[in-house]
Amino acid sequence: MTVKLSQAAEDKIEEIKKRYPDVKSAVMPALYIAQEELGFISDQAIEWVSQKVGMAPVHVREVATFYTMYYRKPVGRYHVQVCRTLSCAICGAKKLTERLRQRFGIKPGEVSADGMWSYEEVECLGSCGTAPMAEINDTYFENLTTEKLDQLIDRIGKEKPDLRYSTIKDKIGDGLKDCQKSEVVKF
Amino acid sequence: MAQHPSILLKNIKQPGQHTLSGYESRGGYSTIRKVLKMEPAKVTDEVKTSGLRGRGGAGFGCGVKWGFIPKGNTKPVYLINNADESEPGTFKDRVLLELDPHLVIEGMLICAWAVQSNWSCIYIRGEYGYPYTRIKAAVDEAYAKGYLGDNIFGTGFKHHMVVHRGAGAYICGEETALLNSLEGKKGQPRLKPPFFPAAIGLYGCPTIVNNTETLAALPWILENGGKAYAAIGTEKSTGTKLISASGHINKPGVYEIALGYPLLQFIEDECGGIRGGKKLKAVIPGGSSMPVLRADELAGVNIDYESLVKAGSHLGSGGFMVMDETTDMVEVALNVAHFYAHESCGQCTPCREGGHWIEKIFRRIAHGDGLGGDVQLVESICGQVAGHTICAFGEALSWPAQAFIRKFPDEFKHKIGDALVGIRSKRESLNFEYEGAH
Repeated sequence: MTVKLSQAAEDKIEEIKKRYPDVKSAVMPALYIAQEELGFISDQAIEWVSQKVGMAPVHVREVATFYTMYYRKPVGRYHVQVCRTLSCAICGAKKLTERLRQRFGIKPGEVSADGMWSYEEVECLGSCGTAPMAEINDTYFENLTTEKLDQLIDRIGKEKPDLRYSTIKDKIGDGLKDCQKSEVVKF
Repeated sequence: MAQHPSILLKNIKQPGQHTLSGYESRGGYSTIRKVLKMEPAKVTDEVKTSGLRGRGGAGFGCGVKWGFIPKGNTKPVYLINNADESEPGTFKDRVLLELDPHLVIEGMLICAWAVQSNWSCIYIRGEYGYPYTRIKAAVDEAYAKGYLGDNIFGTGFKHHMVVHRGAGAYICGEETALLNSLEGKKGQPRLKPPFFPAAIGLYGCPTIVNNTETLAALPWILENGGKAYAAIGTEKSTGTKLISASGHINKPGVYEIALGYPLLQFIEDECGGIRGGKKLKAVIPGGSSMPVLRADELAGVNIDYESLVKAGSHLGSGGFMVMDETTDMVEVALNVAHFYAHESCGQCTPCREGGHWIEKIFRRIAHGDGLGGDVQLVESICGQVAGHTICAFGEALSWPAQAFIRKFPDEFKHKIGDALVGIRSKRESLNFEYEGAH
């Protein structure tokens, strides 16, 4: 039996489907919605999406596994993605990832025992002018140093802010208080 | 410092520019009102006159592209704003989407009128959470005021706009991969020629795919005329270009320059020179797919399409990455090769396999395990990838790899030579590595 998501999720996907010339275009937002409610793209999530957009589960699975932002296994409540590509790398991104590894005691892709943290290295996040940087859930943190990263992790652990973008609410979380939403423009 | 015309970033620092009222208070949405009274073909002609070239990387004539929609077409025409900005070193579209989103929307409306499109989509990369909320809020505001919808400004022109989030695939910036992605498929490119998206695009309908920066230049061009735009820059590289400057420079950021501006002057004046008083070693001028240029190759080179081609590279997306004298080019080559190995969509064998081979060879050279003949092997692989794939990813993968080994042969030879005679020197790795990986 197909999993039932919240009424808000069901309503949202119906609204999104109407935006496109063809309902198949809604497969990506549908996957985001399923991931938001179920935590990751489980087989149940694929089943739900396939029913909503009228595609065979195998085609939904193809899409879900093609893109890096759909997780096929659970990630931590706070998923830290350190940009590893050239501009960040030459500005010291490796130190950030090493610091996370040291701090969390896990390898990239693993989840900490309390379910709070996971981390990985990702490719260019389009923040090269404020390198090195990391994205935590859907929020960018730029111009980082290992010290700043440590402070950030401490604060997040304590304050537990909402850093996610919600497809259902079409809204990004409030984030950390007094933290800039964007640091990229400095002239 | 040279004075550059300000077309794209003119109002970027103004407070409230991202809101409709802020944008309108500085003359926003006045051009589109005039454009809607023009013949659509005249709009296209004006853009052709301007010489505006696609700012996403390929540099194809914008007006020419619009002209490829088949005559007598009866199908709906779609417009896609390619905001999938993923080329390493590029972060300019983000600035426009975050700080002047209505400029982008007005540009899209101008294009929509020219090609008579009633539906458009802004395909923004999934990681851009905050820029997404800004452009989405702007679209919502425009709808609320009747600037989008069934009867725009009461003229009877209908246009609907959707903001669509990608999900972390570099290849979806390639226009046909983007179309497949938007059709709910894997984001793998389509074969072209024979059919280009302007003839057969989204769901088989004529589709114009333009980069965000290209579209954002349209309000100025239609307001001031194509000739005025063509008067800026050089003969074949008209207008201004956003340059995303990053790496070992004092003032990284997004700069708007008139095309034809001297490259070294840009590093000194705009970017504030090299960090820590060090010497310049190399520059990648157009995003990591473009060949690297050595410091000694830069004298007399200007930032425009022709001059950079003459110098052996390309303007690409304007992702300008600067490296100082301490940079280990073998590690840089490995970093870039890893990116392309990771981002290959897997459709064509030469790219899917070749990318990993090149990365493996660069890794073993970096680790001090290089073999004699490794450099020649990379050359040979690159030759078999470039030109043998459906999309330009094959070139994007091969060009930088070839450039690193050709322009810094001594660094590769040195490491391989050490390995061959059994010297193990301490490695300063640029890339994070952990046991079990690779």
